[in-house]
Amino acid sequence: MHSSGEVPAVVVSSAVRKFADTPGGLLPLLHEIQTGLGFIPRESVAAIASGMGLSRAEVHGVISFYHDFRDKPGGQKTIHVCRAEACQAVGSRQLEAHVKTRLGVDYGETTADGRFTLEPVYCLGNCACGPSIRIADDVFARVDADLFDELLGDI
Amino acid sequence: MVKIYIPADTTACALGADKVAAEVALQAQNRGLDIEVKRTGSRGAFWLEPLLEVETGEDRYAFGPVRPGDVDGLFEAGLHESSKHPLFLGKVTDIEWLARQDRLTFGRAGVIDPLSLDDYKHEGGYEGLNRALAMTAEEIVEAVTDSGLRGRGGAAFPTGIKWRTVLDTPAEQKYVTANADEGDSGTFADRLLMEADPYQLIEGMTICAMAVGATQGYIYLRSEYPRALRVLSQAIASAEAANLLGSNICGGERDFHLQIRVGAGAYICGEETSMLESLEGKRGLVRFKPPLPAIEGLFGQPTVVNNVLTLAAVSTVLAKGAAHYRDYGSGRSRGTLSVQLAGNIRRGGLVEVPFGASLRELVEGFGGGTASGRPVRAIQVGGPLGAYLPESQWDTPLDYEAFTGVGAMLGHGGVVVFDDSVDMLEQARFAMEFCAVESCGKCTPCRIGSVRGVELIDKIRLNENRPANLELLEELCETLDAGSLCAMGGLTPMPVRSALKYFPKDFERGAGNGIERNMHV
Repeated sequence: MHSSGEVPAVVVSSAVRKFADTPGGLLPLLHEIQTGLGFIPRESVAAIASGMGLSRAEVHGVISFYHDFRDKPGGQKTIHVCRAEACQAVGSRQLEAHVKTRLGVDYGETTADGRFTLEPVYCLGNCACGPSIRIADDVFARVDADLFDELLGDI
Repeated sequence: MVKIYIPADTTACALGADKVAAEVALQAQNRGLDIEVKRTGSRGAFWLEPLLEVETGEDRYAFGPVRPGDVDGLFEAGLHESSKHPLFLGKVTDIEWLARQDRLTFGRAGVIDPLSLDDYKHEGGYEGLNRALAMTAEEIVEAVTDSGLRGRGGAAFPTGIKWRTVLDTPAEQKYVTANADEGDSGTFADRLLMEADPYQLIEGMTICAMAVGATQGYIYLRSEYPRALRVLSQAIASAEAANLLGSNICGGERDFHLQIRVGAGAYICGEETSMLESLEGKRGLVRFKPPLPAIEGLFGQPTVVNNVLTLAAVSTVLAKGAAHYRDYGSGRSRGTLSVQLAGNIRRGGLVEVPFGASLRELVEGFGGGTASGRPVRAIQVGGPLGAYLPESQWDTPLDYEAFTGVGAMLGHGGVVVFDDSVDMLEQARFAMEFCAVESCGKCTPCRIGSVRGVELIDKIRLNENRPANLELLEELCETLDAGSLCAMGGLTPMPVRSALKYFPKDFERGAGNGIERNMHV
């Protein structure tokens, strides 16, 4: 998720080149930058806009509309806790409280050691076996406080 | 050589299927046994996942739910058809929960290697496209119309009529889009299908392209489904290599190019016009209708927007004929409904049955009641915008019109079960909160009304001017219902009103439902 030492300007310009001619290419372009850098630097908005033939306002508007995109670096891994109804029915509200306390952060924040960014998610499609969380690209089922602590210990 | 099948599905893996597969391989090696581990999708019996299947002759025998620590014991007790192990379930196809279903769409799920075209074709795959290639566009649209197939995303619009509109609208470029932004809580059928049987979606989209004259397709996939993305990407590449996608499909004169576009975490992009905006690389703002997407859709061109399950069902309709599909179902709801049993449920998962079964049969019969063992109190059907139904409504048949008749909706078939510890005021508040978080912001009732709704429910909980605020909440629901541009704002009142109507006690002073109120404080 996080920056792998790539040079931001290089990542941005190669993503712009890759998607400049793709119809509706802005979303895949932004995903590519975020995958490469861990976030979409504010300074890159002008380059993206001119490369895609859009205004800076349009690019900023898209980045700020979607929950996935961030304009500041996050932690090494993102932990998503499902807040939706199917997980609520099996105790996700209690899990959510535990996770926040355990990590010492609220949603949208990164732990002091820079390891984790905590985000809410509304459904991971694991609704028969909640509460569900996602750590990076892995989904975990039937997560309670103990299992969460165990998962953190394993990382 | 013995073949052992273990799902690589998201839920199965969330429950440890990858570790089970690794342990099986390791144990086989240590014991010097010639065993091949094959990874499949899931059959959707999530309560039995990780489900391990051993092939013996023509049959497969199941063990589940298997934890990595169980594997050694399984080998000791014997991984075969007469195993005495406590996790032994007998022949997979005899497991009653699966045997009682009518699997038209999910018949291959968990059975085949999701990425093997040979497996897919061996189980009837691409028969639909082969037939379609020998038909005129008119004939394909007619078959889909005759099947009675309606949109499985939730709106239940007749698929044939939508396709007819796109076919009849002249344009240089037309598009087929699959809405795979399955955001409703309690739903996972699209994900399951894309991970277990991706070619079925690809085939359905290709048939659609032949029917309406489209040459470009997009699958709009939510970013919350990374496994589905991997499987679909590989499936598309294999279909291209086999000339089942791309230029001159199957050696004919037709082209159909298919791409995946990944969403970015916005529930509203499951709304069709918002999805089109997002595909165009914009903010996912809902569009006014008309014009219909079928006339002016993606990049202003005629566009089919169908749910994953709708497009997948088309391959069955073409392969087996419209009448075969239409023969299942009840009233004007034809074919099968893929019910997703979720939340606090003992035997959760994917249950594909003809329309017409009752909610009670599903939740009690298939689901076995709650996972917690406490009584079921409320069932939310149709996602976060669906109604919360009390026991008096559980005999309603699962049929689009029957649900509309009781002020509810089937939506995408999500069924979320809550036990008697649920606080319905809290659930009503969440419905408003969710709308506030996910509103695209274009129309005022949705953008601001949802925020006001949260505030009002908080006041009601604190007993501030309760009668006046309850009245105001109802008026606010009316405004959202009547004044919103799309279903997001328009349907948010449904869970709120159903909670107020059926569970008024939870909105009374001191509140909660009186049972374990402290669980929610």
